[in-house]
Amino acid sequence: MAGGAASGGSATTDTYKEARTWLLMPAWVTLSILVLAPVAMMLVYSFLTKEFRGGVIWEFSLAAYDQFFCDRGLFGDEPCTIEWTYLQIFWRSIWQAGTATLLSLAIGFPTAYFIATRPEHTRPMWVFLITIPYWVNLLIRTVSMKFLLRDQGPLNDFLINIGLIDSPIHIVNTNFAVQLGLFYSYLPFMVLPIYAAVERYNFSLSEAAADLYATKWVTLRRVLLPAVKPGVIAGCILVFVPSMGSFLAPDLLGGAKNFMIGSLIEEQFKGNAGNWPFGAAASMILMTMVLVLLLLYARQQARAEKAEG
Amino acid sequence: MKTLLKSGAAALALTVAASAASAEGKLVLYHWFEYMPQEVLDKFTAETGIEVTMDTYDSNEAMLASLKAGAIGTYDLAVPGDYMVSIMAGEGLLDTIADGELKNKGNIQANWADPSFDPGRKHSIPYQWGSTSFAVNRDVYGGDIQTTDILFNPPKELSGRINMLDSQGEVLAMAALHLGIPQCSTDREQLKALNAMLVGAKQHWSSFNSDTAKEVLVSGDAAVGQIYDGFAAKAREEGANIEYAYPTQGYVAWMDNVVLLKDAPNRDSAIKFMDFLLEPENIAAVTNYAQYNAGVTGVETFLDPSLATQPEKNPHAKAGPGVFIEVCSEEVQEVYDQIWTNVKK
Repeated sequence: MAGGAASGGSATTDTYKEARTWLLMPAWVTLSILVLAPVAMMLVYSFLTKEFRGGVIWEFSLAAYDQFFCDRGLFGDEPCTIEWTYLQIFWRSIWQAGTATLLSLAIGFPTAYFIATRPEHTRPMWVFLITIPYWVNLLIRTVSMKFLLRDQGPLNDFLINIGLIDSPIHIVNTNFAVQLGLFYSYLPFMVLPIYAAVERYNFSLSEAAADLYATKWVTLRRVLLPAVKPGVIAGCILVFVPSMGSFLAPDLLGGAKNFMIGSLIEEQFKGNAGNWPFGAAASMILMTMVLVLLLLYARQQARAEKAEG
Repeated sequence: MKTLLKSGAAALALTVAASAASAEGKLVLYHWFEYMPQEVLDKFTAETGIEVTMDTYDSNEAMLASLKAGAIGTYDLAVPGDYMVSIMAGEGLLDTIADGELKNKGNIQANWADPSFDPGRKHSIPYQWGSTSFAVNRDVYGGDIQTTDILFNPPKELSGRINMLDSQGEVLAMAALHLGIPQCSTDREQLKALNAMLVGAKQHWSSFNSDTAKEVLVSGDAAVGQIYDGFAAKAREEGANIEYAYPTQGYVAWMDNVVLLKDAPNRDSAIKFMDFLLEPENIAAVTNYAQYNAGVTGVETFLDPSLATQPEKNPHAKAGPGVFIEVCSEEVQEVYDQIWTNVKK
């Protein structure tokens, strides 16, 4: 992830100049095997002919991309009109992930601020507390969430017992449950980068703003936020990107009623469809979208750094 | 790219082969979740000294995908459903059991000895058979449940409280029964009707889930659940006031089978285990646990007596026919995939 501050002194770079290639080798090898090779394979597969019941035939074909963008009717023999199905699924995923990101930001920012303003020796403990739930497997956390939220679950029981509601609120198997699940799954990814940014923030700037008669709101908006923006953006990307591809929360909390990008892709490999090239194509399209997003962020960063001089 | 992949696969195969050679007295099973009692595995280990490892899957299709994606050669045995046995045989994923290799082969019940999905039982032995239909919570609905309308055109009390199996095969087979059309129909009007009916029925469904099909009925999250008969019986025993339906339009029948996989690393252990499962006492233990039916003669004396009278096992007089899921041609399967996407989009 392209972090905000790329501040390695040039002296350090020179010291290791000779050995640089060799020192970078492990990283390059790891990246090539674990990232580049699988992505290249996906790219190749997306342009191949599908084999019935999973697998590929080594013949070039654009069928997968055609299926994504062209609606040819139930029997696949009508002229091409715009296929909304998959765009709709992508839009749903973006919307769900976006809501989860905003929720995380709304809760994560104050939390990060709170931790960063604690006395220095207690901060590691707060960070530790944030990470504790994440020692438990994501699947188990998501299932537990379902138990909590279900119609006969503790949350509804509690609300009924205190007389706030008469009949259980249906939360499980709704979009809201999915957003809640995503929010809960990825919250620390929001808190930690923002915390890192706020911790580095020089609070005397806030005091200076107050001395100049800025209200607390103006200080937050015009002084603190611009200073910690890289952390906020990094946090948003770290929550948004995995949320988009996630299929645990939609399956378990949303009832798998509507495909999300993740479950659509999974279906192509694990389900009846067995259409590997289409699954690969959908992955490539998703990845392109995410990359565009990251490039925009990187460009914005570069521009901001330039403006600072 | 291709050669790179091939040499990679070859290298992997070598490693697997090397580790297999050292794996004397092991057996690696690829099996459905919650379908094999630990006691049976322990008993096999006690009798033969063979150590059993088991991985699980939650649908025939997931198992096929995993094997095709490279897991073939790591497992000795899998337990596909009827239609999946013929698909796997067609894909060349199964090894042939030679005549006389299984000394207990004669124990297979006559009506299961030569099934259409594996003529002559060349690759498989029976594991369990049963039905897939649906169960209804009787606290919620007291009316007639012996109709597929319960799933596809439900009364108001049940609408929005239905869990469907997340399995294209089971859902579309049931839908074809509901409409009274043949499975894998090539008739365009019938396929259009199937598509329209399912897309319309979706508004009544709250979730698609196979591995929690029992649990949602027990917890009351769903008032209707498409489910296998033995799973419904378990849900009832766990306290859900549910009744398993045998709709007049018909229901899905199935048989799961233990198959010998191609390139099984422990082929001898696999044959021993198949023979072990053909002994009435052992397969009866599986039946007592899973609450379906065995396909082996002589199991009766070992079965839990309550199983015979279980309502889930005894279709009523007006029940429709039990039909096996058919294997569709590639063209029809493509339309089926499109329908499934339309339902879940």
